Amino acid sequence: MKVGVVTFPGTLDDVDAQRAVRIGGNEAVALWHGDHDLRGVDAVILPGGFSYGDYLRCGAISRFAPVMTEVIAAARAGMPVLGICNGFQILVESHLLPGGLIRNDHRRFVCRDQRLRIENAATPWTSAYRQGQEIVVPLKNGEGRYVADAETIAWLEGEGRVVARYLEVNPNGSTNDIAGIANEAGNVVGLMPHPEHAVEELTGSGVDGLGFFTSLVERAFA
Amino acid sequence: MPRVVVDVMPKPEILDPQGKAVLGALPRLGFTGVSEIRQGKRFELEVAATDEATLAEIDRLAETFLANTVIENYTVRVEQA
Repeated sequence: MKVGVVTFPGTLDDVDAQRAVRIGGNEAVALWHGDHDLRGVDAVILPGGFSYGDYLRCGAISRFAPVMTEVIAAARAGMPVLGICNGFQILVESHLLPGGLIRNDHRRFVCRDQRLRIENAATPWTSAYRQGQEIVVPLKNGEGRYVADAETIAWLEGEGRVVARYLEVNPNGSTNDIAGIANEAGNVVGLMPHPEHAVEELTGSGVDGLGFFTSLVERAFA
Repeated sequence: MPRVVVDVMPKPEILDPQGKAVLGALPRLGFTGVSEIRQGKRFELEVAATDEATLAEIDRLAETFLANTVIENYTVRVEQA
C-alpha cells in the first residue's frame, strides 16, 4: 500500500514515520502541507512534532493547512488515517476524533518508554496485534492529556473506541488512562505515544511499535 | 479603527495547569488572598466597522479557529475607544 506522511512546518517525526512505513512493508509517500494533493495514497499518517510552533493551540493551525481539506474528506470516506502525537492533536482539532488534548497535569514535558495495552485490535492500524497485547513504545509530549465530556468518554468506552491505554504509569493525566482512540468507523486512529520510534532493534525501546505499520499490509492481503 | 476583543478561557471543568502554576508562585512572592487563577488568551482584532454582519463573522472566526469549543469558551466584545 502507498502510505502518505504529511510534513507541516515544524513537523519532527515525518522521516521516522516514513522509515517505519517502509520497514512495515509499505511504500512511503511524502505529502506536503501546502498541496491540495494526496498523490494517490491508500492511507495517511500525520506525524509528531510541533507544527506551526504549537501556536494558538497544538494542531489548531495545521488543521486548516491546504492538504487537510483532502485528508479530512478522505478520512470521512473511509481512508485509514493515523495521527501520532501532534498528529493526534490535529485530528481532534479537525473534529475527526472527539475530545481534546491539553497540557499534562504535572505541567512538565514527559519522555519515557511507556507500557501500553492494545484495547482494540480491529482497526486498520492495530490488526497486527492481539486484543489485550501489551507493548512498550516511546512517549514524548507536553500536551498529551486526553480529555472529553463524560458522555463522550462513556461512548468511547462503551463502543470499544479506546485503541490503547497507558499501563503502570499515567504519564500525563489522561482520562481513563487513554493513550489512543478511534472514530466510529475505526479508520481514523489518534495515538499519543510513538510506535514509529520502536521499529528497529538498533534504536528505541524495541520493535513493539512495528504492528502499527504492518497492520495495513495484513489488511490489504486479508 | 474600532477594535474587537475575543477572550478565550479553558472551560470551568477543564483543569488549567498554567493557571495553577501561576497561583502556586504567589505565596513565594508574598501575595496572599488569591484563591484561584485561570489563564486564558486575549485576541485584539482591528476591523473597519463593528456592524452586526462583522460581529457575526468574528463570532464564526472565534468558534472555528480562535477557540476550540470542546475545551474552551469564548466571548466577543467591541472595545470602546
